[in-house]
Amino acid sequence: MQALPAAPPPAPQRQMLVGTSLAVVAMIMLTGSMLAVWALQRREAIDTTGSWLPDGVTVPEVPTNVILIAFIGICVFGQWAVWSAKRNDRPHTVLALGCTALVAVLVINAQAFVYVRMGLGAGDGTYAAMFYAITGMFMVLMIIGLVFTTVAAFRYIGGRSGDQEILVSHAIYWYAMSAIFAAIWFLVYVTK
Amino acid sequence: MTTIESTPDAEVTAVSDHDADTSSMLEPIAGVFTSTDHKVTGRLYLAGGLLGLVATVVINVLIGVERLDGVDTVLGFEILPQLLDAQRIGLVFATLLPLAMAGCIAAVPLQLGARSVAFPRLASAGFWMWFGGAILTTLALLNNGGTLGEDADAVALFIAGMGLMAVGLTASAGSVATSILTTRAPGMTLRRIPPFSWSALVFSIGVILVMPVLLGTLAYLFLDHRNARTGFGGNEGIFTWAGWIVSQPVTFLFAIPAIGMLAELVPVVFGRRMPLRGVMFSGLGLVGVAALAGVTQQNIQNLPWSGDANDVETKVRDLVPFLLFNALPILGVLLVLLVVLQTARPDDSTRFNYSPGVLFALFGFGMILVGMLGNILHAADDLDLQGTVFDEAALLYVVYGAVLAAMGAIIHWAPKLWGGKFSSAVSGLALLGVAGTILAAFPLYIAGFLDQPAGIAYDNDDLLLWNVISLAGHGLMALTVLGFIALLLGSLRGDRSVGDDPWDAQTLEWTTTSPAPRDNFVDVPVVHSAEPLLDLKSASNDGSNA
Repeated sequence: MQALPAAPPPAPQRQMLVGTSLAVVAMIMLTGSMLAVWALQRREAIDTTGSWLPDGVTVPEVPTNVILIAFIGICVFGQWAVWSAKRNDRPHTVLALGCTALVAVLVINAQAFVYVRMGLGAGDGTYAAMFYAITGMFMVLMIIGLVFTTVAAFRYIGGRSGDQEILVSHAIYWYAMSAIFAAIWFLVYVTK
Repeated sequence: MTTIESTPDAEVTAVSDHDADTSSMLEPIAGVFTSTDHKVTGRLYLAGGLLGLVATVVINVLIGVERLDGVDTVLGFEILPQLLDAQRIGLVFATLLPLAMAGCIAAVPLQLGARSVAFPRLASAGFWMWFGGAILTTLALLNNGGTLGEDADAVALFIAGMGLMAVGLTASAGSVATSILTTRAPGMTLRRIPPFSWSALVFSIGVILVMPVLLGTLAYLFLDHRNARTGFGGNEGIFTWAGWIVSQPVTFLFAIPAIGMLAELVPVVFGRRMPLRGVMFSGLGLVGVAALAGVTQQNIQNLPWSGDANDVETKVRDLVPFLLFNALPILGVLLVLLVVLQTARPDDSTRFNYSPGVLFALFGFGMILVGMLGNILHAADDLDLQGTVFDEAALLYVVYGAVLAAMGAIIHWAPKLWGGKFSSAVSGLALLGVAGTILAAFPLYIAGFLDQPAGIAYDNDDLLLWNVISLAGHGLMALTVLGFIALLLGSLRGDRSVGDDPWDAQTLEWTTTSPAPRDNFVDVPVVHSAEPLLDLKSASNDGSNA
């Protein structure tokens, strides 16, 4: 039997991009399902007791709005990194990734501030347990994003400046995180 | 290594012969733990799935023995609720999912002409997370955890273990889906990928859609259970909120690779190119509609069948959502069956090259179809089947059917995975397995119609006969599984000179050596059709005739 003709070794076809897109789909399913259950429990609580937010608990609106605005910054910085890398502008790429990481840390800090200001214990009822579950999941996704930014930055600094796919994937991740937080912001912090 | 900062020369001097022996013994083990070879990861999933299958079959036998007396306990167990949890978790999470994932990770890159799976470390990490989660879940069940457990810590551990398994399976599914979308050989368009690879794509995307929904729910359940226990109903709420993952129709989604296996093997057996590939692809895609059950977190979509008999509009309104939810997967399976029959249609070019794998795949396909049909009846309110053992019967049909198909896949790809071939006696196990599946599940369909409640206890003596037959079926299935594992071990130690293409097959994995080397292919081949090896054989025949 003859051998099949050999092709040149194929370059991986946007593996990072496709992988990140699938991860984003999983993240959206995760948060979407949690928000759906949140909305269901909220409606049932309002139907039975007349309120969802526990008595004496106030949602601090300033830091939650600041987080939403910060995500605009994260998206801009993520896209700036892509834009700079495509022009081989190494200093600006690194600066953009650094800014992304910095704002991500600020978001985590602001979320921690929200926890302190609300003063809820996880055992203070259904609202508290669900609040910590959904915002805790958001924090986990933030930390994963921060690790993603750090890895992308180190790869770029380490000399793999031709590999721009990871920067595009990185920007997609943060776009998705922005959409996810916007949904959490609206359902958890605005409609309460 | 005997000291921390020794030079290589000093190490050589210090290492005794005994140490060298130990080192050479540990190296392969360490290699398995740290390997990024997709075939190793696939074999690990396979070993885990077979281990889970053995444990689950034993649990099913124990439950069957307990049902010999509908009122009193037979074995004197105090952990009957945990047995029922272990049955469902074992069937889906310890058997169905790892076996499906094993086939996807081990065989798909070979079929695609890829040197590796995409993100191999992610696939491997996924396995270890699944494995760790399975161990945690087992420990929790053994310590009075589970959905009806009385030990709060063990219940929390049960939820955490389930979550860890969900994360691991999602990670591995991401790796499989990315491989299929990005690492195909040159010329292999998505329309040209083999049927099993297509089923793996639908399955893995389905897992990516469904498992995060489970994870989110488990996060709520965990925090609620550890704290207030007011929002989700405590322990019993676990099954209410997360039970859909171990029920129909979402299990159809996990059985898709088993359905794809028949479509993969029939063209090989009949030596023909598969016609109507688009229809077959659509069929497998339609089965993926079962993901709706996961996305909506429902395990039941009732058929209310309300309104007057002459009120056609109301009837149609009842039927449409019901059929969309429950009947589309069956339509998908029937489309696959149509293409399979078309491929097997006798004509001048037909030949029959029997492979035992196809017998397993055919029986598995049939059993899954019967499970799907049962699920339609289960969802119809007027039949009063909900809350009976009918649902368990449908689950057994689907999972045992998928197990049979997985055995077919193992027989088929054993030459590529470890260079062995099963003894011809394995065909008998297919008959034993299908008999075991029917005997284990069908009596429970009847018992469901006779209102035997789900669980173990019942108070109607007429039900004893059906439970005895079901126990015999589980016994036959246990024999099938043990026999298969014995033959598998025999193939590992037996003759390794099976040849590169022992089945006279059509797809790329049969162009490389048996077993496949570390990077699968020395040269990545160019593909010009959906059956590249058949092209090559035709060209060789034409050349020799000329």
